[in-house]
Amino acid sequence: MAPSGERILEVRDLVKHFPLTQGIVLKRQIGAIKAVDGVSFDLHRGETLGVVGESGCGKSTLAKLLMALERPTSGGVTINGQDMTKARGAELKRMRRNIQMVMQDPYTSLNPRMTVGDIIGEPFEIHTDVAPKGDRRRKVQELLEVVGLNPEHINRYPHQFSGGQRQRIGIARGLALQPEIIICDEPVSALDVSIQAQVMNLLERLQEEFNLAYIFIAHDLSVVRHISDRVAVMYLGKIVELGKDEAIYERSAHPYTQALLSAVPVPDPEGRESRERIILQGDPPSPADPPSGCRFRTRCWKAQDICAEQEPLLEVRAGGHLSACHFAEAHDVIHA
Amino acid sequence: MSNDTLPSTAPVQPAKPVKESKPASLWSDAWYDLRRNPVFIIGGAMLVLLIAISAFPGLFDTVGVDAKTCSLAQARKGITSEHWFGTDNLGCDVYSRVIWGARVSIIVGFVSAIVTAIIGGALGLLGGFYGRWVDVLLSRIAEIFFAVPSILGALLILAVIGRDNAGIGTVVLALSLLAWPMILRIMRAAVITAKAQDYVVAARALGAGPGRIMIRHILPNAVAPVIVVSTINLGAFIAAEAALSFLGVGIQSPQISWGLMIADARNRFLEAPLPLLFPALFLSLTILSVVMLGDAVRDALDPKLR
Ligand SMILES: Nc1ncnc2c1ncn2[C@@H]1O[C@H](COP(=O)(O)OP(=O)(O)O)[C@@H](O)[C@H]1O
Ligand SMILES: [Mg+2]
Repeated sequence: MAPSGERILEVRDLVKHFPLTQGIVLKRQIGAIKAVDGVSFDLHRGETLGVVGESGCGKSTLAKLLMALERPTSGGVTINGQDMTKARGAELKRMRRNIQMVMQDPYTSLNPRMTVGDIIGEPFEIHTDVAPKGDRRRKVQELLEVVGLNPEHINRYPHQFSGGQRQRIGIARGLALQPEIIICDEPVSALDVSIQAQVMNLLERLQEEFNLAYIFIAHDLSVVRHISDRVAVMYLGKIVELGKDEAIYERSAHPYTQALLSAVPVPDPEGRESRERIILQGDPPSPADPPSGCRFRTRCWKAQDICAEQEPLLEVRAGGHLSACHFAEAHDVIHA
Repeated sequence: MSNDTLPSTAPVQPAKPVKESKPASLWSDAWYDLRRNPVFIIGGAMLVLLIAISAFPGLFDTVGVDAKTCSLAQARKGITSEHWFGTDNLGCDVYSRVIWGARVSIIVGFVSAIVTAIIGGALGLLGGFYGRWVDVLLSRIAEIFFAVPSILGALLILAVIGRDNAGIGTVVLALSLLAWPMILRIMRAAVITAKAQDYVVAARALGAGPGRIMIRHILPNAVAPVIVVSTINLGAFIAAEAALSFLGVGIQSPQISWGLMIADARNRFLEAPLPLLFPALFLSLTILSVVMLGDAVRDALDPKLR
């Protein structure tokens, strides 16, 4: 599972501000929601990068920027050396083959008026040169098999499947164009706990089979632990800590990561005893008006004057990995 | 996550057993509901009969509607074995005229409903999908027509066109011109809802162009309310045609329309009620059948509206 391959995705200073406007006729901008505010990272072939943060911190917006479904306010997304944010028309369409996504809600992400065969076959209809017409039905059936569904169910409609099966359909659609990168935006959070493990296992198996690189988004650290090679922790549109899986789970240096870790359910009773509980005060501030300096300072027990004055940069600090805290201190929260 | 024992490759059984034979699209589900709804059966059967009458009036006509078959000597007769519905002021057979009059109602109703659904639907799809200035422009144009009360507006349009040119075509034109904005609004709202759905985002992520997204993803999911309202409109158009013809700006003699028959018969209603009552009865039954149909279609396509 080690990130061995070359760099296939480069994200640099990615910013997305949604303008807040007032007035109906003459729209006046009165501010902006800073959904994603300066995010940079790399992704390597076959690697999984977990992206974790509370709901509303900009994870889905980041995913949409990477998929070129939203245009960034600034910054770049480079896939295999080509800037996707500047691509248009046929060029963009071709680049899309290489990066696909699995969406969060399997109930809304499949068109209820299309059969499973049409849904999974649509990528081939859009990119007609991927598979000749006569081959498409067979390809769709192969894909159904690959994701663990019965190929004979090709003529069924989404509402005839369970949530877990629908998510498998969504995964098959994402695989159809044989992308190198798949972005999974909370792919199991809408599913029953008993089904979650099955879908996670499927994603892992597919990763090995097709050497996929994943960006795996989740709102808590427990889900991404098993699948991730590296983990990025997001808070209010910024990455606050980024490191190898074991660095984040055993030597986390940012207070926010530590707080998230303290909320992770621990399976064995001993671990539960030794784990520390850090309860965060209040809700995250509005992304339209983030705090000065460090965005986390309003909820941080370590906050000093400097935190309001100076923004802590994401750099190698305590623990030997990237974190963005003036008082970074490696700490093993879960004592696993 | 690491302690689960479920094999990842095991195909999962369907949540609920489904019969393999039935295609079970949402459309076929709706059709299945409709077929079992008595309101739809009755309304539908009445409408089918009316369509048959208007398509082949000769099959139902016993006397004929030629001036030759009318004789003033026979004016205002009651029900006889020859004249089932009696005769009118000119001595023409009321039954035959009612049969031949169905055609105008059916044609005006269906053509207007289809024209408004296509025009309003297409413009609503474009406005809702593209938004921005396309939407603003189309919505403003629609509002101009929307502000005019329909019957009054149609009366005005037809008065301008003049009696000499009036006929089925002009009535359809006047009614459609005033009714498409309503369909545009309904379609636009449904399109805006559908456009924001995740499956549209997924299609864009695959590289689908605007045409494919509109036709394959948005239209099938947004068209249901347009079908419902168009069915209701069908009844309204049939009633409006009768009203306009009654007022003298719609269908003109010697063409036959129920509205026109009612107008011709009203002066001597007390003496001879039959020439007024029968077209009125057929008009009411036609509108009733369409209303029943509309109710059933609405229930089948959108259970939430019940
Ligand atoms: N299209 C949009 N227009 C305006 N604001 C948006 C839009 N999409 C997301 N936002 C805002 O951006 C912030 C981040 O949202 P999102 O990326 O969905 O967060 P997450 O996926 O982490 O829950 C939220 O405050 C949300 O309200
Ligand atoms: Mg999200």
